Amino acid sequence: MDLFEYQGKQYFAKFGIPVSAGGAADTVDEAVKVADASKYPVVVKAQVQVGGRGKAGGIKLANNADEVRLHAGNILGMDIKGHVVKRLWVEHASDIAEEYYASFTLDRAAKKHLLMLSAQGGVDIEEVAAKDPDAIVKLHINPVEGLSEATAKKAATDAKIPAKALDGVAKILVSLYKCFTDGDCDLAEINPLILKPTGEVHALDAKVSLDNNAAYRHPEWDEYRATEELDEREQLARESDLQYIGLSGTVGIIANGAGLAMSTLDVVNQVGGSAANFLDIGGGANADQMAAALGVINFDKNVKSIFINIFGGITRGEEVAKGIVEALSRVDLRAPIVIRLDGTNAEEGREILAKAGIPESKLQSKPTMLEAARAAVAIANGK
Amino acid sequence: MAIFVNENTKVIVQGLTGGQGKFHGLRNRAYGTKVVGGVTPGKGGQDVEGIPVFDSVADAVKATGADASFIAVPPKAASAAILEAAAAGVKFIVCITEGIPAQDEAKTFNTLVRDYPGVRLLGPNCPGIISPGKCNIGITAGEIAELPSAKGPNVGIVSRSGTLTYQALYELKQQGIGVSTCVGIGGDPVPGTSFVDCLAEFQRDPETHAIIMIGEIGGSAEEEAAEFIKANVTKPMSAYIAGVTAPAGKKMGHAGAIVSGGKGTAQGKMDALRAAGVKVGLNPTEAGSLMAEIVKGLK
Repeated sequence: MDLFEYQGKQYFAKFGIPVSAGGAADTVDEAVKVADASKYPVVVKAQVQVGGRGKAGGIKLANNADEVRLHAGNILGMDIKGHVVKRLWVEHASDIAEEYYASFTLDRAAKKHLLMLSAQGGVDIEEVAAKDPDAIVKLHINPVEGLSEATAKKAATDAKIPAKALDGVAKILVSLYKCFTDGDCDLAEINPLILKPTGEVHALDAKVSLDNNAAYRHPEWDEYRATEELDEREQLARESDLQYIGLSGTVGIIANGAGLAMSTLDVVNQVGGSAANFLDIGGGANADQMAAALGVINFDKNVKSIFINIFGGITRGEEVAKGIVEALSRVDLRAPIVIRLDGTNAEEGREILAKAGIPESKLQSKPTMLEAARAAVAIANGK
Repeated sequence: MAIFVNENTKVIVQGLTGGQGKFHGLRNRAYGTKVVGGVTPGKGGQDVEGIPVFDSVADAVKATGADASFIAVPPKAASAAILEAAAAGVKFIVCITEGIPAQDEAKTFNTLVRDYPGVRLLGPNCPGIISPGKCNIGITAGEIAELPSAKGPNVGIVSRSGTLTYQALYELKQQGIGVSTCVGIGGDPVPGTSFVDCLAEFQRDPETHAIIMIGEIGGSAEEEAAEFIKANVTKPMSAYIAGVTAPAGKKMGHAGAIVSGGKGTAQGKMDALRAAGVKVGLNPTEAGSLMAEIVKGLK
């Protein structure tokens, strides 16, 4: 789950990372109130999860309440690359002497944490990596050992961060690492990390991506989930606890297992169709989950056929079959189903489907993934 | 021969009294696997259809001589369960648990490396391992795995995805091709056992004559495998990579299946494998057909 800048800054603050005084605002009046409390000049920033806000006019400096009114009015409701601005972050404008870059991620190849640090911040780090790779210091951290302030300071020295900023940067790196680990982030990034003329170091931006698998131990994440940008289909899927990603095609997909679901999308594409979604009903899929999955697919007006691709391991064939029969009794599906059922207890599953007396115009069974994909695509393409 | 497990492997199930542990533990036993015990704290002394349950892995190992563990416990308890098994002297640990936080996974993996260097962890978030006719640990439906033939040629399977592992087994069964061992390494960001670990074993295993590898988008494990294949694997291979049509920036169900910053794409992985001499199919069935051709050539 990706956080908005304001949420990232609030998250940083919990771990003692210094950020500018400021607050979130949903209306022009709220923006003025926050600005008055933050001390002028202030920066009014659009809260969208897409790059290039500044260029699009979504970040403006304001010296007084009237200017805040003007900019907040313009930015709220603005469309930035398809993202409509619903919320602003207003903070005291910082004087900047220098801009750095710092981030922590997991390096999957090394199976260790990775610190990336550069004295060239404030720009796209990918560009720095391409133009001047030596300007980025990469340091692997063993998760068992953690990051000490001494090691952080050495990394900062290696990154050619000037002496006057070393202690401040090292302190923030240790706090950011704590945020990354204890805060269960996939990514914790500060760009730019600024040095003020007064000598303090602090985070001017916040990019935080949280690991959904850790949500069970972070009840405070509920507020972030509430503001996540999901389309209606994804919202509905979430309520049923389904792994769903909305796409723009016409073949609704239900598969068990992420790999098989991805593969199903690929095969549908190869035989000339396009998937309306990714949906993994997961390991222990039961009748309720199948019914819920069909409900979500049925909600999508673009869906012309539904391809259910099940290969049983944990998921048992008879459970899947019962789910489909049950779902068909609960929901009036607009699109016909093509199913391919194999693996654990598949025989029993196929028997349940055959005995349920569902007409072939509503449900057909195919022996292989390719044949089922062809049948589903033929229906979707009106052939 | 087989890799990692064989007919003598003695398995305990951590979480045997839970729903998944019981269902799959009993299935594994029915397949012929030596399931010698279960572990559930507080339930020591009970039994699950004749399989004795112990309070701790240490107790179970002492009583049964188990050398492998099958972990089927919830995400919250999984890391501790893995480390408990390692501390009790279990050398091969299979963890099917899905949903373990990445931070825990990274810590657990590096703790094993530091404190228990002889221990192999398979998973988490994996379907397990099956050496057909000998040993099945995990959630694979054993009946879809073709037995290896004494004369060969037999195929080894290694895969990141559970259901695509079954798909691969199924494709080979359709073609009547024997399987030496089928390993599901799991779809999480920090798998205990990598493609490279499995490829090295398959290359050494005299009963394995060819290898199928099933990868997916995200990370660079397939690219690392391609490098290894180029330098070390002489046995013929086919492969399939899932997620050609996956949109960038989205976790496709598996925590590790994500294309980010233009890296980890299916195309990049397929290109790397092709450059290493692997025959790459565009869907699981095609990877199976390619393997059938390879096997025909070996006969």
